[in-house]
Amino acid sequence: MDRLNELINIILGIHVDMTWFLVLSALMMFIGIYGFLTRRNTLAILISVELMLNAADINFAAFNRMLFPEGQEGYIFALFSIAISAAETAIAIAVMINIYRNLKNNFVANLDKLKW
Amino acid sequence: MNFLSLFVLIPLLMLFSLWLAKGQKGIRTVMVVGSSALLALAVALTVKFISDRAGGAAEEMLYTASFVWFEPLHISYSVGVDGISVVMLLLSGVIVFTGTFVSWDMCKEYFLWFTLLSMGVFGFFISIDLFMMFMFYEIALIPMYLLIGVWGSGHKEYSAMKLTLMLMGASAFLMLGIFGIFYGAGGQTMNVVDIANHTGGAQIIEFSKQCIWFPFTFVGFGVLGAMFPFHTWSPDGHASAPTAVSMLHAGVLMKLGGYGCFRVAIYLLPEAANELSWIFLILTATGVVYGALSACVQTDLKYLNAYSSVSHCGMVLFAILMLTTTASTGAILQMLSHGLMTALFFAVIGMIYHRAHTRDIRQLNGLMRIVPFLSVAFAIAGLANLGLPGLSGFVAEMTIFVGSFENADTFHRVFTIMATTSIVVAAVYILRMIGKILYGVNLNPEHAKLHDAHWEERFAVICLIVCIAGIGLAPGWLSDVISDSVAPVIDNVKSVGHLLSQSNPFK
Amino acid sequence: MEYTILILLLPFLSFLFLGLAGKWLSHRASGMIGTAVLAVITILSYCTAYEYFTADRCADGAYATLVPYNMTWLPLGNLNFDLGILLDPISVMMLIVITTVSFMVHIYSFGYMKGERGFQRYYAFLSLFTMSMLGLVVATNIFQMYLFWELVGVSSYLLIGFYYTLPAAVAASKKAFIVTRFADLGFLIGILIFGYYTGSFSFDFVNNLQMADGTTPFIPCAIDKAVAAGGFIIPTALTLMFIGGAGKSAMFPLHIWLPDAMEGPTPVSALIHAATMVVAGVYQVARLFPLWVTYAQDWMPVIIWVGVFTAFYAASVACAQSDIKRVLAFSTISQIAFMMVALGVCTEITTGHEHEGSIGYMASMFHLFTHAMFKACLFLGAGCIIHAVHSNEMEAMGGLRKYLPVTHVTFLISCLAISGIPFFSGFSSKDEIITACMAYNPAVGYIMTAIAAMTAFYMFRLYYGIFWGTENRKLHEEHTPHEESIMTMPLVVLSIITVGVGVYTTLAGFGMFEGYSFGSLISADGHDYRIHFDTSVASLSTVIAICSILLATYIFKGETQPVADKMYAAAPRLHCWAYKRFYMDEVYQFITHRIIFAHVSRPIAWFDRHVIDGFFNFLAWGTHALSFNIRTLQSGRVQQYALVFLIGVLILILMIL
Repeated sequence: MDRLNELINIILGIHVDMTWFLVLSALMMFIGIYGFLTRRNTLAILISVELMLNAADINFAAFNRMLFPEGQEGYIFALFSIAISAAETAIAIAVMINIYRNLKNNFVANLDKLKW
Repeated sequence: MNFLSLFVLIPLLMLFSLWLAKGQKGIRTVMVVGSSALLALAVALTVKFISDRAGGAAEEMLYTASFVWFEPLHISYSVGVDGISVVMLLLSGVIVFTGTFVSWDMCKEYFLWFTLLSMGVFGFFISIDLFMMFMFYEIALIPMYLLIGVWGSGHKEYSAMKLTLMLMGASAFLMLGIFGIFYGAGGQTMNVVDIANHTGGAQIIEFSKQCIWFPFTFVGFGVLGAMFPFHTWSPDGHASAPTAVSMLHAGVLMKLGGYGCFRVAIYLLPEAANELSWIFLILTATGVVYGALSACVQTDLKYLNAYSSVSHCGMVLFAILMLTTTASTGAILQMLSHGLMTALFFAVIGMIYHRAHTRDIRQLNGLMRIVPFLSVAFAIAGLANLGLPGLSGFVAEMTIFVGSFENADTFHRVFTIMATTSIVVAAVYILRMIGKILYGVNLNPEHAKLHDAHWEERFAVICLIVCIAGIGLAPGWLSDVISDSVAPVIDNVKSVGHLLSQSNPFK
Repeated sequence: MEYTILILLLPFLSFLFLGLAGKWLSHRASGMIGTAVLAVITILSYCTAYEYFTADRCADGAYATLVPYNMTWLPLGNLNFDLGILLDPISVMMLIVITTVSFMVHIYSFGYMKGERGFQRYYAFLSLFTMSMLGLVVATNIFQMYLFWELVGVSSYLLIGFYYTLPAAVAASKKAFIVTRFADLGFLIGILIFGYYTGSFSFDFVNNLQMADGTTPFIPCAIDKAVAAGGFIIPTALTLMFIGGAGKSAMFPLHIWLPDAMEGPTPVSALIHAATMVVAGVYQVARLFPLWVTYAQDWMPVIIWVGVFTAFYAASVACAQSDIKRVLAFSTISQIAFMMVALGVCTEITTGHEHEGSIGYMASMFHLFTHAMFKACLFLGAGCIIHAVHSNEMEAMGGLRKYLPVTHVTFLISCLAISGIPFFSGFSSKDEIITACMAYNPAVGYIMTAIAAMTAFYMFRLYYGIFWGTENRKLHEEHTPHEESIMTMPLVVLSIITVGVGVYTTLAGFGMFEGYSFGSLISADGHDYRIHFDTSVASLSTVIAICSILLATYIFKGETQPVADKMYAAAPRLHCWAYKRFYMDEVYQFITHRIIFAHVSRPIAWFDRHVIDGFFNFLAWGTHALSFNIRTLQSGRVQQYALVFLIGVLILILMIL
């Protein structure tokens, strides 16, 4: 694993401070939350969810590197999460396409066919 | 297997056969055979019970059997009967039997619920386990909702909802009361007899606990017995229910209330019964007069009869609370008598409504000339209601009054006299109703060509009249059967009577 | 005397048979069955009476009280509700009265009710009534009396409402039942008090009780215990029972049902509302008489003054009525009040040669007997008249003596009897009553004499109004009034009894010969008491009666009636008040409709629908409203949920930090 760290250092050529990773992921997280709460289009909401997921992934990787430089669980978990979010996005988009076919739009406020 | 369980098994078999039955004829066959079997069983039980008692069987409950059903909570399926349950079973048998004939043209689903209701009622009366009683009570309650909601008339959804919700509310109270009694007695047995006699692991329930649980159980059952001020489900419920359901409801289901009050509240919580009876005595005596007075100004026949039922059922609870053997015997007789005569009343009202399409007193006139059979039956029901000697009402009321008068203090006397005034008011509303709808000349051309009762209606009505007159003419044996069984309960209450009503401010 | 049970059973069976099978019977057959049964029980009653009164007296000179039959019908704790038969002089006398009048009415009804719809029903109800009335008089205990008391009430209700298509008949039947039921409430409470304190309902205090073998013995009536528990208990119980009796016997102010009860068929009025049922109250007081005189002597003025006032009130109203049956009804009320007064004036029974103190008891029963006969005759006569002219109003009548000769003679005999003319039965009994009153208090005696004079006056006003006076020719030309023999036969029988009893007792009373009299059979202490008139009382009342009759003759006999018209003109308001029966009905109407219905029942019904029911509806509504408001939290909008979630998370984090 050391070699991988070194590789990253070599590729980036610089040592990035931990704070920047966290700032980035927090920004992404809150942009995601904001988008999730305010967007009306389901697609935009999905993108916001993806942003939040990615923020989490960044944190996985960053903390793994900071706390357990010799371990790889964080990276693997990030990869795992990416895989799941890809699958989930596929399903979500499939659902949205169907919603769009039925309702001719995909605004989230209109999805009340199953209410009551 | 104990033969009492047949009272539950026959309705179950009926349910199964109804499910398989095809066509109106098949359904009718199943119902007639089943309800006749139940009636025959009830009659046989009565005969056997009387002969066994005469033969010296002195246990409190005869033909007992018990099977553990749920060990951790000590719930068992326990059955057994004493004189009170026997006459109640007889009453239920008669009402279910005649109810079948009254609802001759109904469909299969109706009869399914009807039979389920009967099963609940019969099960309740044979049970001596608190939990089983509660369970059968609920079984009897639920079909009522559907029977009224689906096959009723008028504001049927409203009435069905109201009835079910109020009775469900009551059963919540009841459940608390039952668990209170169960844990109060040590949590070892749910058997009524064991708890009352402190056998089978049951302990004496502490006085303070009794005083907590008595109101719960009494109100819980009292709501079903139309206790003032929890009676308002009854007028609406009865008015909307289909004929046979009104019969079954007023005739039997309301008796569950009185029976439960006696069997659970008074029997198991004797000290609290002594202590707190005065509160409920005020309520029930008020209910007796109040129901009668409200009946005076009703214009709907079913409402009128429902208020009269409030008055008469109030009399049942009133008599139970008098805590004397004679009054309690009277209470049971009143349950029997009221069950029969109200069933007759509702049956005839239903038949008139079915023909004339109105139950408004102001729109019915001169029915005596048009439908003489129904009119005579109606008049007999009315006269029984106002306590004509020779019919059952007189016997029950007189037993209650004489029994109530055994309490020599002013408090009980005042309320007894208050309750006796209801018989005058009863005469007022009954005669007003008879005068308006049966007598006079028919003015409505639509009513001129009504047809009189069919054979099955005649049969049901005659059965009920025979029972009413039978009790009215020869009440002695019935009174003996009942008072033998009432006596131990009241003696139990009397034996702890030194605490008598410390809290009553009117003493 | 075991056969006496048949006297009760036969009419009951006849009622059941006619009631159930009447539909398939012809009028004639059902009438025959009813009458035949009545004939049998009449014969049985006469046999009973013969056997009873010819039997030896007991050691103390009184007749024994026999109980040939008694059984426990309903056990009531320590008390028993027995049914049985008790024979003592008054109940045996009542058997005779009831069966005789009832039999006459049965025969009479063949003519009067001919062709009426519901003929079978009529006879069934008559049987029911006869059975109940007989059961009432032979009651072995106060509760049995109450049971049959209610049954006669119902039979009366059914028979008054016989013409149920007429609103007046329906209203009258309802009124009769409800008013008497109201009074019976007093009776019931009295019974409850009595039963509780004495530990028995039985008439165990009568003389020389002899129970037949195999009958359930009476529970002894521990009156001493009741007296020990409080001196007011027995008098209170008796007074409450008297309220019941006052209701049945139409004492003021519970009399209002009786005049209206005349809406029923006339034979029914004769049987129930003149001869038998209305005297049940008197009979009840007589039955409890030993208790009254021994334990409630101080309360007996209640009976006297209620009686005196009723007698006066009814007599004054009777003077102004125009409906002949109403006149007779008020006269009945007045005469029953005489009987009540006679019972009330009795003082403690002293077994001695002079019966001054308790003569009233005998007089009351005697008057009951004679009154039943002549009043039944009057009513049946009135029935003949109504049958002939098809109207109850005196205006339609007048000059009928030519058309209805038999009715005329019998009516006259009965009028003379009720007026108290010597050689007619009413004289003897009324004279004894006035003698008893005089002995008690001369004031009461003179008042009663005056009322007796009023009686003579209004009866002859009625008599002249019907048979003399202006003839309503126009009406009589349309259909000539005539009488039928089947209807006049009972009249003749009853007036023969009236005259026979009258002549015999008058002669015996004036000491023309020594013989048994009514007092030999019935007297307060059971001893053989020979009626002998007090000449001053007898002459005074006779003279006054004759004067009133002459006065009535002067005023009402002529074709035109100038004096009567002048009297109306002089006091129109008084006449109007009397005609309207001093507005007692209106008072009742006001109390029941305006006060009880409008201001008690209606508010209660409203309270029930709106307050109590409203409370439960409010619970339901409240639950519903609450759920409805909470529901907005479950909007289904994901973003809203997420926001709430986020806020929650933030709050949690803040809390942890």
